[in-house]
Amino acid sequence: MTAAPFPDEELARIRADFPILTRTVRGGHPLVYLDSGATSHKPRQVLDAERGFYERTNAAVHRGAHRLSEEGTDAYEASRDTIARFIGGRASEVVFTRNATEAINLVAYAFSNAAAGGGGGHGDRFGLGPGDEVLVTEMEHHANLIPWQEACRRTGATLRWVPVAEDGRLDLTDLDGLLTERTKVFAFTHVSNVLGTLNPVTELVARAHAVGALVVLDACQSVPHLPVDVGGLGVDFLAFSGHKMFGPLGIGVLWGRPELLDEMPVFLTGGSMIETVTMERATYAPVPQKFEAGVPVAAQAVGLAAACDYITDLGLDRVHAHEQALTERLLAGLATRSWVRVLGPADLRERGGAVAFTVDGVHAHDVGQVLDDRGVAVRVGHHCAWPLHRALKAQASTRASFAAYNTPGEVDVLLDALDRVPAMFGLEVHA
Amino acid sequence: MDLYQELILEHYKRPVRAGLREPFEAEVRHVNPTCGDEVTLRVHVAGRGGDAVVEDVSYDAMGCSISVASASILAEEITGGSVTHARETYEAMHSMLTSKGEDPGDEEKIGDGVALAGVAKYPARIKCALLSWMAFSDALHQAEGAQQ
Ligand SMILES: Cc1ncc(COP(=O)(O)O)c(C=O)c1O
Repeated sequence: MTAAPFPDEELARIRADFPILTRTVRGGHPLVYLDSGATSHKPRQVLDAERGFYERTNAAVHRGAHRLSEEGTDAYEASRDTIARFIGGRASEVVFTRNATEAINLVAYAFSNAAAGGGGGHGDRFGLGPGDEVLVTEMEHHANLIPWQEACRRTGATLRWVPVAEDGRLDLTDLDGLLTERTKVFAFTHVSNVLGTLNPVTELVARAHAVGALVVLDACQSVPHLPVDVGGLGVDFLAFSGHKMFGPLGIGVLWGRPELLDEMPVFLTGGSMIETVTMERATYAPVPQKFEAGVPVAAQAVGLAAACDYITDLGLDRVHAHEQALTERLLAGLATRSWVRVLGPADLRERGGAVAFTVDGVHAHDVGQVLDDRGVAVRVGHHCAWPLHRALKAQASTRASFAAYNTPGEVDVLLDALDRVPAMFGLEVHA
Repeated sequence: MDLYQELILEHYKRPVRAGLREPFEAEVRHVNPTCGDEVTLRVHVAGRGGDAVVEDVSYDAMGCSISVASASILAEEITGGSVTHARETYEAMHSMLTSKGEDPGDEEKIGDGVALAGVAKYPARIKCALLSWMAFSDALHQAEGAQQ
């Protein structure tokens, strides 16, 4: 990629779009927000779009025939189109959920609901039962692990996982033994939320499809940070959350191949997702409505579409280049501190903008607290990836994660603040 | 930063009465799911009713400075005292830690525990400080049940 990071003036303009970045915390320290992997901040453009919807259009979309309802429905469906195009898909392939967690559950439940004879689907691709297997990886966020544990429990299928190697990449040595004719679905993350590891999606998709397994990609940490094209990746399902990509809380996306969405039984049921209803039974609306029970999250969809437009205007290749430069700066800084251990791949080309590390003899909570005291917001703990931490023999870690609005200066503030840690906790530092 | 009192760091670096010992009437394991901190804690109680004494509190604590120091302070303050005293100390610690800073803690009742007063102003850390105390309360309850 030849795109360049944002120069200072451009970065200042971007930062001016995010009102929260002018905040100070903990006795006047400027906020240094390095936790966008957990949730990103929202630019004015997104806040205005959402507010504009509530101020001018607010209506229960797809319900009623009054003027506001029509306009609301138009705005909702236009947003679906924008969001679909953002990932190289079509509007009819995009289902709105509450977040990525719900999107993944929707697919996991399709399997067990199909096995239990649930309505609204057809065919046998979503059957799951004893003898069948679900494959995940050891680096998954709990959101892409527990739904599969439970689906296996409900159906009698077996959960298997690809281990993580010491260097924080997937250990694919035994993939042939793990990915077999028995594998019905392979669910894995595009980019690790802890290590930043960029997984070889197209290779894994080819291997999965060769044995007839469906692929569910957790794209929470990729869609906000690098160009993602569902067609090019070849996956069957892809899930992400709006709030990690400058969009509002309360909206997630499940993209799916249209014929698969059509075959899947329904998940949440109620209003808006039906075709006809009698006291005994119901028939269901076509995709995507059949998966959107209840009054749709229209304002959030409008906000998320504005976020997609915002990122498109910045240029995802520029965003990616910018975050890579910040990651490189942070990795270089951490490498000179012998008391810090960086988790995850050393090679920049195999990682995204999340850097997790441990400090010898000091718990991540304490590291995070010392950073917070200087206004630096990072994530501490196991970041909803407990098995991954266990595999890397870390009880917990400290994670810095970037977005387009972060500056090289903020990386330096983090490193400076970090240097207070050894003295404070009485470490013997051999620099 | 008023969170990291010298006393806390002392307890963290050299935890008092650390390690798991026999005999014991109850053993519990508590975890803090947000960060993975864990404590395994045993209590040994001798005597009954008003005469009951906490003969030993032994523990294995894995976690941040606040949670380890808190376990160490607990063992120091509670061991050798009456069960009644242990309960009062627990109540006083709990009250201070959940007071949002209103209750500065009474050194007469909680000894070194006052060093943890600053934690009350950091909502994300209160659980760390409470972890071993919750575990102790649980273990004491079980130990008394076992005596019945
Ligand atoms: C890789 C990954 N998957 C899934 C999730 C779950 O996202 P949400 O909590 O928005 O559903 C997150 C973030 O929390 C994540 O980083």
